[in-house]
Amino acid sequence: MKASQVNTGVSLKMSQSSQKFSSTGTQATRVIGVLAIVVMAWVVISGLVFTPADVVQGESVRIMYVHVPSAWIAYLAFIVTAIASSFYIFAKRHSLGFDRVAGASAEVGVMFMAITLITGSLWGRLTWGEFWQWDPRLTTTAFLFVTYIGYLAVRRLDGSIEQRARRSGVIALLAVLEIPLVHFSVVFWRSLHQRATILDPNGDVKMDGLMLFTLFSGVVAFTLVFAWLVLHRQRTMLLSDLSNERGLDNAILARQSENASN
Amino acid sequence: MNQTPRSRVVSAVLTKDLRIEARSRVVTNQVLPFAGLIMIMFAFALDNDDVLQRVAGGLIWLATIFSLFVIVQRSFAIDTSDSALDSLRVAGIDLSAVFLGKAIALTLQLIALDVVLIAAAFLLYQVQVSAAGLVLLVTCVICATTGLGFVGTLYGGLTAGTTGRETLLPLLLLPVVAPVLIAATRATEAAFGSGGAATSEGWAWVGLLTIFAAVFGIGGSLAFGPLIDE
Repeated sequence: MKASQVNTGVSLKMSQSSQKFSSTGTQATRVIGVLAIVVMAWVVISGLVFTPADVVQGESVRIMYVHVPSAWIAYLAFIVTAIASSFYIFAKRHSLGFDRVAGASAEVGVMFMAITLITGSLWGRLTWGEFWQWDPRLTTTAFLFVTYIGYLAVRRLDGSIEQRARRSGVIALLAVLEIPLVHFSVVFWRSLHQRATILDPNGDVKMDGLMLFTLFSGVVAFTLVFAWLVLHRQRTMLLSDLSNERGLDNAILARQSENASN
Repeated sequence: MNQTPRSRVVSAVLTKDLRIEARSRVVTNQVLPFAGLIMIMFAFALDNDDVLQRVAGGLIWLATIFSLFVIVQRSFAIDTSDSALDSLRVAGIDLSAVFLGKAIALTLQLIALDVVLIAAAFLLYQVQVSAAGLVLLVTCVICATTGLGFVGTLYGGLTAGTTGRETLLPLLLLPVVAPVLIAATRATEAAFGSGGAATSEGWAWVGLLTIFAAVFGIGGSLAFGPLIDE
């Protein structure tokens, strides 16, 4: 039995979205998905096979093709979260769509931040001989990671969807205040207690043309993956919010009518 | 609506919080011994007089931050029981004034706590302070506790009345108070002259503490109302 037949009497919004229950995909996300696969395949092949090993860093330079794009996406995701949250809070009509985009973007951002930290520390072990350095950029990234884990925890607090949106929106905006303060204090802290590093991560690195192109392709591929994931995730959030709103009664009604028709 | 003046709300909330503390004596009878115990436990863990003297500043502020969680949670547990916070909202008063009152009360309790912790550092860790260092130390304590009072009240209000707040509050607050820990520790070390630090080095850190307090004072006053008003 089709879902749309069960939904008589439910709101129009509800029945419209229930017709898409079979998938959260649309024409646009399918195009993005296919493009992401193609570009990602190119990055994998070029990054592992076509590009040369680095003169100084050797094979470990290949980590960069994952590390740099995921760091870029992680920061982009948190900017998207902050902007979407401010739209939710400051706009006259508090549209929950912005809250869902903020939440979806933060979830994806936390994942890419984890990838950034893991690939970064692996690269550090190979290049510096240590998994971790108290470099301001590293430390700030780690704090950003923990802050957004807290943000996701706030989204899971009990309460209505509006409460979730308001609380997490405020937290996202406070994070925008917090991160520069953390970064500044760590920079200041390190400037007084600087240790010699084997290789300066901010140093001027000359890059081969193909390497640069692969890195750029990596950024494009990861951005496509990010867009694809966020679009789908905010749609699944919409569905789960709707199913929560709809409640148990409607579920029982649906089951009853299903039984009656059989 | 005819609103009560902000200053009266601030002082009423402040007096209420301090009166509850004066009558229940939870901070004096439980949080202070807890913080003192942390200082003793650090001595067991580090087990070296020179190291203790060197890191005393950091230990004082870590103990302060751990105690902050306990005080904030207790303060909001009182406010959410019997829907006291809801009654304040029904009264139609300015919630940012409630925020300021609670933050000042929290700051005053933290200052009292820090006086004891610093005294404990003198006794247990053999730190020393010059006259110029003392001025720096007092300023640092005031600025750092003000910042902690603001963020503590803000995030305490956010998690108040939710399930799992005991575990969520430290997760949310620790990353936010990291700048206070770094700056207050460095300023305190400068005041103590730990590791040959000059007193003058500490003032830049006090500046950072002031910025932190200002940012979260303004941010908190704006955000507290929407957070509580649900």
